[in-house]
Amino acid sequence: MSPTDVAVRSRDRVGAGPARIGEDAPRPDGVPKVTGDFAFSSDLWHADMLWGGTLRSPHPAARISRIDVAPALAITGVHAVLTHEDVPGSQTYGLEHPDQPVLAVDVVRYQGEPVAVVAADHPATVRRALEAIVVGYEPTEPLVDPEVAETAPPIHPDGNVIRRIHLRHGDQQAAERPGLVSVEGTYEVGMQDQAFLGPESGLAVPDGNGGVDLHVATQWLHVDRDQVAACLGLPVDDVRITLAGVGGAFGAREDLSLHVHLCLLALRTGRPVKMSYSRDESFYGHVHRHPARMWYRHHATPDGDLVRVEARLLFDGGAYASTSAAVLANATCFAAGPYRVPSAEVVGTAVRTDNPPCGAMRGFGAVQTCFAHEAQMDRLADALGMDRVSLRRRNALAPGDVLITGQRITGTLPVVEVLDACAGHPSAAVAPVEPMARPGGAGRTADADHIVRGEALALGFKNLMFSEGFDDSSEARCVIHDGVATITSACVEVGQGFVTLVRQIVGEVLGTAEVVLEPASTADIGSAGSTSASRQTWMSGGAVQLACEAARGELLARLAVIHGTAPVDLDLVDGRVVGLPDGLSPTLAEATGEPVEATVVHRHAPTVPLDADGQGDAHVSFAVSAHRAIVDVDPDLGLVKVVELTTAQDVGRILNPRQALGQLEGGAAQGVGLAVMEEVRVDEGRIRNASFTDYLIPTALDMPPVEVAALVEQPEPGAPFGAKGIGESPTISSTAAVAGAIRAATGHDLPRVPVRPEDIALHGTSGDPPPEEAA
Amino acid sequence: MSDEALSLTVNGQAHQVSDALPGESLLFVLRERLGLAGSKNACEEGECGSCTVRVDDRLVCSCLVLAAAAAGCSVTTVEGLAQEGGAATGADLADVQQAFLDSGAVQCGFCTPGLLMAIDDLLDREPDPDELVVREAISGNLCRCTGYGRILAAVEMVAAGRRDAGGTS
Amino acid sequence: MTATIAHTLDDACAALALRPDAVVLAGGTDLMVEANRGARDMADVVVVDRVPELRGWTRDGDVLRIGAAVTCAEMSGGEPAALVPALAQAARTVGSPQIRNAATIGGNLGTASPAGDTLPVLAALDAVVEVRSATGTRDVPLDEFLIGVKTTALLPGELIVAVRVPVLDGPQEFLKVGTRNAMVISVASLVLVVDRVGRTVRIALGSVGPTPVRATEAEVVAADRLDWSGRESLDAGSAERVAELVAEAARPIDDHRGTAAYRRHAVGVLARRALRRALPNAGEAA
Repeated sequence: MSPTDVAVRSRDRVGAGPARIGEDAPRPDGVPKVTGDFAFSSDLWHADMLWGGTLRSPHPAARISRIDVAPALAITGVHAVLTHEDVPGSQTYGLEHPDQPVLAVDVVRYQGEPVAVVAADHPATVRRALEAIVVGYEPTEPLVDPEVAETAPPIHPDGNVIRRIHLRHGDQQAAERPGLVSVEGTYEVGMQDQAFLGPESGLAVPDGNGGVDLHVATQWLHVDRDQVAACLGLPVDDVRITLAGVGGAFGAREDLSLHVHLCLLALRTGRPVKMSYSRDESFYGHVHRHPARMWYRHHATPDGDLVRVEARLLFDGGAYASTSAAVLANATCFAAGPYRVPSAEVVGTAVRTDNPPCGAMRGFGAVQTCFAHEAQMDRLADALGMDRVSLRRRNALAPGDVLITGQRITGTLPVVEVLDACAGHPSAAVAPVEPMARPGGAGRTADADHIVRGEALALGFKNLMFSEGFDDSSEARCVIHDGVATITSACVEVGQGFVTLVRQIVGEVLGTAEVVLEPASTADIGSAGSTSASRQTWMSGGAVQLACEAARGELLARLAVIHGTAPVDLDLVDGRVVGLPDGLSPTLAEATGEPVEATVVHRHAPTVPLDADGQGDAHVSFAVSAHRAIVDVDPDLGLVKVVELTTAQDVGRILNPRQALGQLEGGAAQGVGLAVMEEVRVDEGRIRNASFTDYLIPTALDMPPVEVAALVEQPEPGAPFGAKGIGESPTISSTAAVAGAIRAATGHDLPRVPVRPEDIALHGTSGDPPPEEAA
Repeated sequence: MSDEALSLTVNGQAHQVSDALPGESLLFVLRERLGLAGSKNACEEGECGSCTVRVDDRLVCSCLVLAAAAAGCSVTTVEGLAQEGGAATGADLADVQQAFLDSGAVQCGFCTPGLLMAIDDLLDREPDPDELVVREAISGNLCRCTGYGRILAAVEMVAAGRRDAGGTS
Repeated sequence: MTATIAHTLDDACAALALRPDAVVLAGGTDLMVEANRGARDMADVVVVDRVPELRGWTRDGDVLRIGAAVTCAEMSGGEPAALVPALAQAARTVGSPQIRNAATIGGNLGTASPAGDTLPVLAALDAVVEVRSATGTRDVPLDEFLIGVKTTALLPGELIVAVRVPVLDGPQEFLKVGTRNAMVISVASLVLVVDRVGRTVRIALGSVGPTPVRATEAEVVAADRLDWSGRESLDAGSAERVAELVAEAARPIDDHRGTAAYRRHAVGVLARRALRRALPNAGEAA
């Protein structure tokens, strides 16, 4: 295949009639994905291409005294070896702050930081060349403890504190009232990896005129382009980025990885260059979910009314800023969960260390605080002698209430509805009969009487779309010609099903199944923003809807003039124009002579940055979710089997039930993983488990069935079709629910996820074996 | 066998590979030398199943098969599933492939080819497996998007379809 | 490329005699991981998985001889599973179905990983490894074959041909702890083999030392205190003592898969459970 074949095209017809909103419309990319024909970024190929590779620092902190590329260049088949000296434009890039070197300049700040890149004729030659580059490292003491980062000497010119937010809301003396019940806890979340299956990969093709075309799997084409162009020292129009097939993203593709490197190599060699990270390299090549340490104190009246929440949040951003500032804002704003909290003080801090850089991952800051605030709610209920569901219901946020940021909820927020639906849903869980179905699975470690069962419920809460005044827009174009609606958008399909939604929107607005979705490229349309923050259905779905409506309006206006009638009397139904005075109903193809074209930019309601007290209308919309987990635990071995997850979610409106179910199940699986097995183990700044052998994600024997108790449909004002983004919520409350269920089963505190076997089996010991089991 | 072209039959078609370097995996040869990119390269350490193929009717990770060691073998990849499974019914897709579409088992699709191969292999051996058997059979195929729910639904759909058709594959 | 596909055992030995440092490749599930990383030179390979002499198993009286290229999938069922159930149980925990279809018992031996799942079973059974070169054949007891972490007694030019294990009358149990319910490297494992005829109990541990650990003191106590008359019972105190001795026998380390303390604890738990499964009357007083 050639680069022109790489983009996601959906020209093939799927289904008989126009797709509609609310239907199980089929994926237009489904057939190529099941036949193996779909071109992922790692499948790109060009007859003349070279292979690229990256030399990475083995040290988490070191000065670089010299780099000698000559031995690598001397190897037959090696075409280029580049270092920071070969970066013609900006030496640094970054999503929010350009603080990350394209290639290390004199110093490395994390293990795996790119130092040099190579282009050669075969992957094996690339490996040999990378080994031949001589780098003089002078290792320095890495800064690895986020607790001391703030006061330690800065490891970067921008300092070690990436952001601090000191949120103060309501009466700061509220907790001094007598008679309050208070609970306190310290919680910790480990570093999670997005672990998408399709490795970072791309193909850069020089255009012969000094510019470059980059085909890459990413989440946000235009912001990639802007960063790449700046580093290449080129006008943005000389860098064109086209989406290649994306094998999952989950936040890990929001930052640049190999983008600039590939373009540098292609421009230097004058040849197309392909690069594809290996799995271990992928662990070094993208940001992770922030590890977090969180202290909380909740105060409530004896009746169970929350009075005040205090929290200190410390997020380890690793070596470079990435999206740490925005992640921290989310963690801070949603630190109290979906509850009415009249008084709050939250101090959130994101620091820089020599640990792996952290940034976006599904849930974006809300996952960490959800784990903590839900543990606190359980603890508070117990201290009050109250039922845990009742405590949550009593304090549940509702439209019209005010968040701890001072923002009033003006849209929908069915907290009580999702809570009651989830809590009241009957469980289908039965005791496992087969040893394989017990904790320990294939290892056959547990008999029936070794198992205890636990159950817990958690609520998750997060914003939708970008916040704090960010100019969050999406552009789309609709062209109707020859009966075909051609849609152009730079919205990135990562698997979520935007390509399906486009057909449904076109079907709904234009009444036709003849839809072409053009490849997503910076060359053809303005930015769609990132496929993240649960925003694309609202933002780019909305843009496509508006573009289709504008094109429809123009078409009907034109027909109305021709036929001497009013546009309001005309309609488009099943690919035909109806309502013409002559009683004819021409097809869309017959009705459109000259093409009709409309291009629109869609924006959501404006937001404002948080003020000095962390207050302000910083967010557009909110969503809530509930999970109830039932787990079987083998307390003596500390092994866990999640038996069942039940969920209810605030969805606004369901646009495609089948795709929605996939989001709910898949998102929950990532939450289960964080609860019981997923952690990038970092020791003195070094990743110990950069492989799928040792970074474990759930298999089919680990993931339980997901029971959907309710998809609560309360259309969101201002949202296209009333739909809320649904991608992140399933990941937020699932971890907290599973961890709570393990606590319920074992009676242990378990303040950290992932819960490791030794956390359970050796709980309360100093490492000595616990008392003998009753055999 | 030294320094000779490597003979492989892939999806019924004979291939001669003359330029492979020592140590190249079957996965690399399929993808980069034969242009059959349907088998995916997610880990190249046998821990994800994305590269699953059949070699002489044995389900394996093609990343862990030395290409040279597969000389003379018959390999079936995802690209061969449709001709194999759809031929009988005249459909463009094998029933497993169609079921993946109908049940919503495809999201990003990167794990899909490997899972299709694993499920096809399972249903050849056990036409009507219970859920735990299915879960074990696909436990070597990681999926990061779906949480496996729709994939299990797809297996059930195929098994039911084959029951209704009165055959056992 | 220089890859010799051997079709007979003599072929394989002859190829190895010519190129003693050639990589011997069977299922590839360990070696190709290294090759894909560029960490193993595969310029010179002898492929042995088609050698008929390595492909099957034969029973000779009370001895089962398993060819080196027999796969984990093949060992998981059928005759091997009936004759050496612990080996089948261990083989079924190796990797994924795809891995078990390719991975061989000879490969598990040759790699000699501390976490090799079949190795504690072979240790408990006092297996004998048959090794051959162009110049002859020798038998190496398992405890002499496994020298250390990924180190064996295999000499250049030698090939693992088969492994011989006794067919015993008595229950066998293999249990493995991993932090995932499937496709996981062992954090700790234990095998218990009861030999009714010899009136011995054999216990071996995996992933708690550089090579499989025989819990010999625990074995002696178990055999001494086991009521070998028909009931095969073991009192609770004795079962507990066995478990303690098992935990003491472990020589675990801390790593990213688990702590030493947890591993030591876990093998004790596994011992109690294996005893109860193998000897349903064990610990009934507790």
